[in-house]
Amino acid sequence: MHETCIIIGASHAAAQLAPSLRQEGWPGPIMVIGDESCLPYHRPPLSKAYLSGEKTAHDLLIRGADVYTRYGIEFRLGERVESIDRSRKTITLRGGEELAYGKLAICTGTRVQTVTLPGSTLAGVHYLRNIEDIDRIKADVRPEGRAVIVGGGYIGLETAAVLNKLGMHVTVLEMAPRVLARVTAQQVSEFFQRVHGEEGVDIRTSIAVSGFEGDSRVERVVCADGTHFPVDLVIIGVGVTPNVELATAAELATDNGILVDAFARTSDPDIVAVGDCTMHPSPFYGYIRLESVPNATEQAKSAAATLCGKEKPYAALPWFWSDQYDIKLQIAGLNQGYDQVVVRGDRSVGRSFSAFYIKMGKLVAADCVNRPQEFMVSKKLISEGIELTPEQLADESIALKALLDGARSDVST
Amino acid sequence: MPVINYLQFNGKTFEVDVPVGSSVMQGAVDNMIEGIAAECGGACSCATCEVYVDEAWMPVVGEACDIEKDMLAASSAWRTNSRLSCQIEVTPDMNGLVVTIPAA
Repeated sequence: MHETCIIIGASHAAAQLAPSLRQEGWPGPIMVIGDESCLPYHRPPLSKAYLSGEKTAHDLLIRGADVYTRYGIEFRLGERVESIDRSRKTITLRGGEELAYGKLAICTGTRVQTVTLPGSTLAGVHYLRNIEDIDRIKADVRPEGRAVIVGGGYIGLETAAVLNKLGMHVTVLEMAPRVLARVTAQQVSEFFQRVHGEEGVDIRTSIAVSGFEGDSRVERVVCADGTHFPVDLVIIGVGVTPNVELATAAELATDNGILVDAFARTSDPDIVAVGDCTMHPSPFYGYIRLESVPNATEQAKSAAATLCGKEKPYAALPWFWSDQYDIKLQIAGLNQGYDQVVVRGDRSVGRSFSAFYIKMGKLVAADCVNRPQEFMVSKKLISEGIELTPEQLADESIALKALLDGARSDVST
Repeated sequence: MPVINYLQFNGKTFEVDVPVGSSVMQGAVDNMIEGIAAECGGACSCATCEVYVDEAWMPVVGEACDIEKDMLAASSAWRTNSRLSCQIEVTPDMNGLVVTIPAA
């Protein structure tokens, strides 16, 4: 009788972990438990093509149901896991049902940070995380309507771009002095503020929302400085927090995420954790928690190997992307602790440039706007630790690829 | 349903039914064919789904758009018949399409 592997969570990490587990040779049952009512689906399009209506819910599925059936992967959807009993190796669902596991994978991801401002529970005020959130938002969208987006991060800006295209009057309210403050440099924030302005979105920075007013639904957004915005639709996008509660209650080590090693192992030998909920080691950046699809997918492959007694360490370079209007922003690496930013190209005009982050003479991160080639080359420049000067990076007469080829040939001679 | 043939560099081949409207990438992902990682899930943002389209099929599959071309140009495995498989939508006339997955 083979042991069961139970996977808690049914999003990106689980969608990769379950089939990879089968591929690595797991012989027993695989059960994926998720609290949403649908099979794993792609989240990035929620604030892009799904919100705009270009894709349907069916288009979003990461794999079709028949694929899971073929690999003998069972799903329990619309279920919540209430607790993990590590000594008995069981989990308990809401409703009391107990399930035994041989191995367990925690892929619980993150949940939105909510605000406790007055009026934040009025109809018409939305968060954005699940497909159901977007369905509710779509019901409130109408051309010429007024939308206020609280939060100028990726989600806020992507949503602003889509709602603007759908004909709404959009205002973004950001508490920091600039948008994308958490993730990019001033130069890149200014670029996005310019572009959104060109497209007709009103971005306000250094402004704090103090509440929402209305009768049966939201009609006004009120700010701490007394400004009011009449509104038909509000979307709050102020960040997410990792779902570590099950792990903490089970006395697994957590610290802004479930602590795992490079093989996705938690402090329990029979339990792995994967994705947004994990705090894991990176050969480039120390311990990090990433909110990124490529991280969930690649870490899942490592975890699958671990669960089958093999070792495939996870050491990928973090990367992210964001689509807004006709702009593809691709980000390689994490820029934490950078000491210099070098811009390549003209960011004050047009929509194509790259911003490079240098730390102690080496490239640590790159934000590439409509420059896919430079993004791809940057990933290699960063992961190979190539030393570069700001002049080289800024000089558009030298192809970035040449810097990579040049450095590699130096090493080999 | 069109049959797509995936050839791995080690010589292994996979004949797969892929629904019209799906992508060549999705057909590989759904059948756990190694070598197509599809890290970004089809958003033309990662170039980990590159395939070489069999020469005879190039006219049917067509050319890449500008963004795809830029992504491909940075690939170290690039060939003139490279395409990002997430951008190849499966149509009825692709029945029998042959694609090769670049060596790792």
